[in-house]
Amino acid sequence: MSTIILYSIAITALLISFFNDRKKTKRALKKAFKSLTNILPQFLTVLLIVSILLAFFNVETISKYIGEQSGLLGIFSSAIIGSITLIPGFIAFPAAAELLNNGAGVAQIAAFISTLMMVGIATLPLEISFFGKKIALIRNGMAFIFSFAAAAVISWVVLL
Amino acid sequence: MKQVIRRYRNTIIMGVVFTLLLIIIPTIRDKAISSFLNQMKTILFVIPPIFVLLGLFDVWVPRETMTQHLGRGSGIRGIIIAFALGSATAGPLYGAFPVAAVLAKKGGSFFNILIFIGAWSTTKIPMLLFEIKAMGPLFAFTRFIVSIIGILLIAQIICIFITKDDRTRSLETLASKYI
Repeated sequence: MSTIILYSIAITALLISFFNDRKKTKRALKKAFKSLTNILPQFLTVLLIVSILLAFFNVETISKYIGEQSGLLGIFSSAIIGSITLIPGFIAFPAAAELLNNGAGVAQIAAFISTLMMVGIATLPLEISFFGKKIALIRNGMAFIFSFAAAAVISWVVLL
Repeated sequence: MKQVIRRYRNTIIMGVVFTLLLIIIPTIRDKAISSFLNQMKTILFVIPPIFVLLGLFDVWVPRETMTQHLGRGSGIRGIIIAFALGSATAGPLYGAFPVAAVLAKKGGSFFNILIFIGAWSTTKIPMLLFEIKAMGPLFAFTRFIVSIIGILLIAQIICIFITKDDRTRSLETLASKYI
């Protein structure tokens, strides 16, 4: 259902753009294709890794470590993993959905996604070079703490 | 051809490892393959329209005029534009830093630049579309709203914590990174 809506939006936008400016539309499509081919190899690699890992860890194992019952410790470890890893959300979402289906908890996955996007340990040196040490550290620290609040609210709403 | 191979090097290595593992440990075969196909399906169906939308965003959203309205005293309007500017992209977080440098160079306020960084990292619209599909609308929209509040809070707290000196120095460093 949501796929149909998504396609309708994209096609409508494309048509509107096309009737307004063909050149711009062509440039947009070229950009779309280029970003798609840029991300594809990374995509497939992560997909293969996640599939193997999921096949090794059964539902019981996943639930034990990052399931609903793993509580604060599970949320904390998910947040740590999210802070360290450097994968685009596009790739993380299908994997996260698959983990949810295999016994992971909503709060734990929410914390993982939140830190994955907001906290960047790997990119910290780069961020420091742009913003300075103090600001970069405060920002990442705050974002890490925030992910717990986000996890709490999201799991509360979803499990309501 | 060489370039293609280099780009897909990791994929090929993982593909070989994947296949070998399936041959050595047949018990995981069904699960690994179905999980792979399952995720693949999401990606192949959902990604193309999102990237088309992204391309259109990129071409039609006038970045130049937007960045002019991010200075000090730009108020709520500045905050909204900072959010919009950060949300209409798809790059990884480190892609936001050079753009932040541009904003600093063009006189954007420190608070608005922090909002922009936050929006770039978490409230991307194309990402939201994908998240709705993968995680369900309830999860996605809740996270979206919570993130907007979080971004505002974090920006505010940073501005409280740092001295005026820190702020000026940071803006200068940022602007100096502008190439």
